[in-house]
Amino acid sequence: MLPAPFEYSAPETMDEALDLLDALGDESKVLAGGQSLIPLLKLRFASPAHLVDVNRVAELDFLDEHDGVLRIGPLFRHKAAERSGMLASKYAVIAEAARQVADPIVRNRGTVGGSLAHADPAGDWGSVMLALDAEFVLRSKRGSRTIRARDFFSGPFSSALKSNELLVEIRVPAADGRKGGSYLKLERKVGDFATVAVAVHLQMDDGKVKSAGIGLTAVGPQNLKADRAEAALKGRALDDATIKEAAALAAAAAEPKADNRGSVDYKRNVVRVFTERGLRRARERAQGGA
Amino acid sequence: MGRSISLTVNGEMVTADVEPRLLLVHFIRERLRLTGTHIGCDTSHCGACIVLLDGVPVKSCAVLAVQADGRQLTSVEALAAGGKLHPIQAAFKQEHGLQCGFCTPGMMMSSFALLADNPDPDEEEIRWALSGNICRCTGYVNIVKAVRAASAQMKLSAAVPIPVGAGS
Amino acid sequence: MATETPLKGFIGESIKRKEDDRFIQGKGNYVDDIVLPGMLHMSILRSPFAHARIKSIKADAAQAVPGVVAVVTGDLLAQHKLAWMPTLSGDTQAVLATDKVRFQGQEVACVIATDPYVARDAAQLIEVDYDVLPAVVDPYQALEPGAPLVRDEKEGQSSNHIYHWEAGDKAKTEQAFARAERVVSLETFYPRCHPSPVETCGIVADISPVTGNATIYMTSQAPHAHRTLFAIVAGLPEEKIRILSPDIGGGFGNKVPIYPGYVVATAASLLLGKPVKWVEDRSENLISTGFARDYHMKGELAVTNDGRMLGLRVKMLSDNGAFYADAQPSKFRAGLFHIVTGSYDIPAAHVETDGAYTNKAPGGVAYRCSFRVTEASYLIERLVETAAIDLKMDPAELRSKNFIRPEQFPYTSATGFDYDSGQYEKALRLALEKAGYDELRKEQAEKRKRGELMGIGLASFTEVVGAGPGKHFDIAGLRMFDSAELRVHPTGKAILKLGVKSQGQGHETTFAQIVTEELGIPAVDVMVQEGDTDNTPYGLGTYASRSTPVGGAATAMVSRKLRDKAKKIAAHLLEASEADIDFDHGKFFVQGAPSKSKTIQEIAFAAYTNLPDGMEAGLEGVTYYDPPNFTYPFGTYLVVVDIDRGTGQAKVRRMIAVDDCGVRINPMIVEGQIHGGLAEGFGIAFMQLITFDEEGNCLGSNFTDYLLPTSWETPNFETYETVTPSPHHPIGAKGIGESATVGSPAAFVNAVIDAVAHLGIKNIDMPVTSDKIWSALHEVGAAE
Ligand SMILES: Cc1cc2nc3c(=O)[nH]c(=O)nc-3n(C[C@H](O)[C@H](O)[C@H](O)COP(=O)(O)OP(=O)(O)OC[C@H]3O[C@@H](n4cnc5c(N)ncnc54)[C@H](O)[C@@H]3O)c2cc1C
Ligand code: FES
Ligand code: FES
Repeated sequence: MLPAPFEYSAPETMDEALDLLDALGDESKVLAGGQSLIPLLKLRFASPAHLVDVNRVAELDFLDEHDGVLRIGPLFRHKAAERSGMLASKYAVIAEAARQVADPIVRNRGTVGGSLAHADPAGDWGSVMLALDAEFVLRSKRGSRTIRARDFFSGPFSSALKSNELLVEIRVPAADGRKGGSYLKLERKVGDFATVAVAVHLQMDDGKVKSAGIGLTAVGPQNLKADRAEAALKGRALDDATIKEAAALAAAAAEPKADNRGSVDYKRNVVRVFTERGLRRARERAQGGA
Repeated sequence: MGRSISLTVNGEMVTADVEPRLLLVHFIRERLRLTGTHIGCDTSHCGACIVLLDGVPVKSCAVLAVQADGRQLTSVEALAAGGKLHPIQAAFKQEHGLQCGFCTPGMMMSSFALLADNPDPDEEEIRWALSGNICRCTGYVNIVKAVRAASAQMKLSAAVPIPVGAGS
Repeated sequence: MATETPLKGFIGESIKRKEDDRFIQGKGNYVDDIVLPGMLHMSILRSPFAHARIKSIKADAAQAVPGVVAVVTGDLLAQHKLAWMPTLSGDTQAVLATDKVRFQGQEVACVIATDPYVARDAAQLIEVDYDVLPAVVDPYQALEPGAPLVRDEKEGQSSNHIYHWEAGDKAKTEQAFARAERVVSLETFYPRCHPSPVETCGIVADISPVTGNATIYMTSQAPHAHRTLFAIVAGLPEEKIRILSPDIGGGFGNKVPIYPGYVVATAASLLLGKPVKWVEDRSENLISTGFARDYHMKGELAVTNDGRMLGLRVKMLSDNGAFYADAQPSKFRAGLFHIVTGSYDIPAAHVETDGAYTNKAPGGVAYRCSFRVTEASYLIERLVETAAIDLKMDPAELRSKNFIRPEQFPYTSATGFDYDSGQYEKALRLALEKAGYDELRKEQAEKRKRGELMGIGLASFTEVVGAGPGKHFDIAGLRMFDSAELRVHPTGKAILKLGVKSQGQGHETTFAQIVTEELGIPAVDVMVQEGDTDNTPYGLGTYASRSTPVGGAATAMVSRKLRDKAKKIAAHLLEASEADIDFDHGKFFVQGAPSKSKTIQEIAFAAYTNLPDGMEAGLEGVTYYDPPNFTYPFGTYLVVVDIDRGTGQAKVRRMIAVDDCGVRINPMIVEGQIHGGLAEGFGIAFMQLITFDEEGNCLGSNFTDYLLPTSWETPNFETYETVTPSPHHPIGAKGIGESATVGSPAAFVNAVIDAVAHLGIKNIDMPVTSDKIWSALHEVGAAE
């Protein structure tokens, strides 16, 4: 398994990278962590003429929280997300997902932005960002635009990204007050993509749900946002009946396909079970947290 | 087509001309003839190819050789310093943590990174940290034991030689 | 790591492995590490279809790529009569397809180039025009009239039926069933899986155009047999072929057959006069080389109401893929599958097996298994579990009631095996005790009341290994003996050369220890050489757990030969009569006067310097050992699982393994073999699966789909032993490489079934995945 030939550039600034992408157009592909792209090149499922390696663009690797926004750089690695104390304490859904993406070695290189750009319906980060109601900043030489996560994914391995654009920032509304989250993933073994996973992010206020986010992995043509389930939770106390109702709505939102990992009924059921369990876990965390 | 790259390999400076598509693992094995780094899969699942890049373990089958330009690369060949086995190597032998030996270099590189990070891991932490590596021979029981033994040994011996490039 | 007095390596001592130093320093020498001057690289173009007629192959574009030296097609091979080759089961297999492709991934053409990347580039440019044919992927459908004919090129082959084979006494078995108070039955499928050692298969073929010498480095578990087959297949003179099997990164049966890639690389080297390397990638390994199992089995057990087994009837259909290439003794179409009576004293048994061609990859290798004993063991242990459910008996008690008892050995089974020794009850009791069986059953009952699912699974397997009496067992006509040659040098150090070949089993240590035991030379002083046909005596190789039973016995016997000569030299040196010389732990001494002694080292020196008159110089010998019988390792495995009713996930909480492989030479190595086998059994039970869609597309063609357990999923194993020596093996050892893979899958599955049987679920076929468990629960209304 050996890649076909390609040209290669490794710009050191964002502007240089954007210039290159603009000049090369469809011929080019961004190389971030390479943990999806390089295996694809080896299998010759992808054969771009030119790779633009952004690993040396330091300005794309950051994590900070200010002015009510959590900002994540696209080059922020899965491992860094796994290790961040700040994320663990305030964004449980991110921390819990981070340690379940791929395997510990792949996580050293794979990036959050690369994963989102890859738009694998079985990828973990998309659901997390849907649950968090994140926005993505896409930038080209010609300008930049901001798009909500829910509008970003458009099908298996396809997104709103244009070939001359770079995903340059992920913006998450900062969590405050009592918040909790969870990421429950059913995988057949470490290093396997999810059979089903459910991302939950909750903000509580006075014992009631201020906002709820639920993202679903591997049960549709893209990562899904379970809007109706989210809406059903809003403003209500999280008792068992409410949780069950939301879980049923999340299961109804899933559009799984039968494959080697399981039947449609099975996957839908796991969505329901995980939504229930995930909400309970998130509720516990919200009660425990500051 | 070729690009010139320079990197430090196990403490020595290396310069080479490579095609961009050349995988780091092939560069290490074919060009540098460091054949302790192995290949066991096409999809970056097995971990036989793990080396340290600036001290961080990576699957060298999912990195391009050109990406190693300017970096420090450490392969299994550098674990033993000055003819003395690294405690991890000694422990793999002592605890029978290997059979065919094919996964062993990758396993030891993952173990090395784990112990640099967490000098006293318990069984669950070890099993978690090594879950990017596949071994078909040992059933992992003795690999876990080996990492525990190495951890104990490294705590005892104050000055453990750290291969070049590690510990960033 | 406290300092201990160094062990010499006598039997029973867990000395550290001699081979490890090179591996832990990255200095192993595997086939892919070999680079020869001027070496070329080969890449194979494979069929995307499971069944298609080849209309044309156009290679001009590939040929024109700079760096490409040659493109080899089936037509070119046909000109050299190499387009087809014989299989280990006496069938033929296409080396490169000429007429049709018969499975997805079949070898169609090869590119030889100066660089592996270039070879791959060029292979993509070969244009093959296919006429796609309907494929058949199910063996039952394959046997129906009108099914697509897979082997239309074979004269006289008008259906997809390959063989029919029977064992046991049909009439007697029918009588037993007529008498039975109850018949317990189970239909189950042991799915196709793949050994998948971390190192794939490969070769570097180097045929000198000047001398005609063929030096072939390859991933071979059986280098001598391969040399002979190469001589036959390629028509090369056998004395000019040297097969070198360097360090092997795991075999598990995958490296027993000869694959088309080996043949083409060798032919290419012959034609081009340059060394040619081919190392397959993982997808090639999974889609084209030796799969295992793929057995559809139906077992029936005739029992009395109080649980006595009276008879066993088995019907089995084997899916052999497009070429019947099973690696097994030639007279035994279904290998040793007829050991299916297992550990039980079943008076009558009858086994009927059939084989079918389908549009799937060929193989049928013994994956960490002694020729289909794994399927047999799985069937009987699952059947016994089913019987326990039907009879509402405790599965341990049911086993115990039917075990062959120690005083019955040697025991002749209803299908004709002569069991050498066993203490089945003892192994079972030990497992139950270590697990705290009664407590576990109590816990299970309490959990059940709360609606929680927990299961305890048992398997009390008996294996049959060490083929093997050469009178009955051969591979491609070659009798299954094995050999050892031992030379003791003047300084008392020795070299031991063997016909078997380690793939990680630790031969360099274990076999040296046999010499230590028999002659007293410390294991560190015994160099073990294997895997070089020019420099080791002929042997059949390492698979089917035969190294210790056969090669180990040969080592003991040749050591004893040398000991006899050493005694004569000792008598000469000590001026005593030979009859008065005794031997103990490396010392030869005069009876009653232990101070008058000579060490083996002193005697070795004398063998070259100070011999009795008329004695030939030197201290060396060779033995070819043909075992009088198989050996029969056994044990009991016990698994505890907890099941999540919401997701169907089964979590193995504990795995207790009691193994009896007779005398343990190096207990550390033996345990390591057991751990490895258990992990593979775990993988087979829960995740390893090669499957196909209706068109014959392989759905397990790389590690994203073919799942191998990591350290995280794999449970910790608790291992224990009993020791029942083999009465006919020179040191009482039985072989342990495979017991755990043979015995454990049934224990894992039985544990899952035990958790859900009270809900009316009696079978779930492997791999027992969470979705299958959930669906079964869902069907009976017991899922969350
Ligand atoms: C063994 C294995 C198991 C895995 N398991 C999982 C899993 O369980 N869950 C999971 O989510 N993922 C999994 N992955 C994938 C992994 O998470 C990847 O890291 C991730 O999908 C891609 O990130 P990357 O940084 O490696 O991107 P790359 O592979 O470099 O790029 C992926 C794609 O995104 C594009 N791209 C990258 N960055 C940008 C950018 N900033 N702007 C625009 N386009 C960009 C690239 O052009 C390419 O098309 C696994 C990978 C492996 C090898
Ligand atoms: S070869 Fe790199 S992970 Fe398998
Ligand atoms: S020791 Fe053989 S794969 Fe690990």
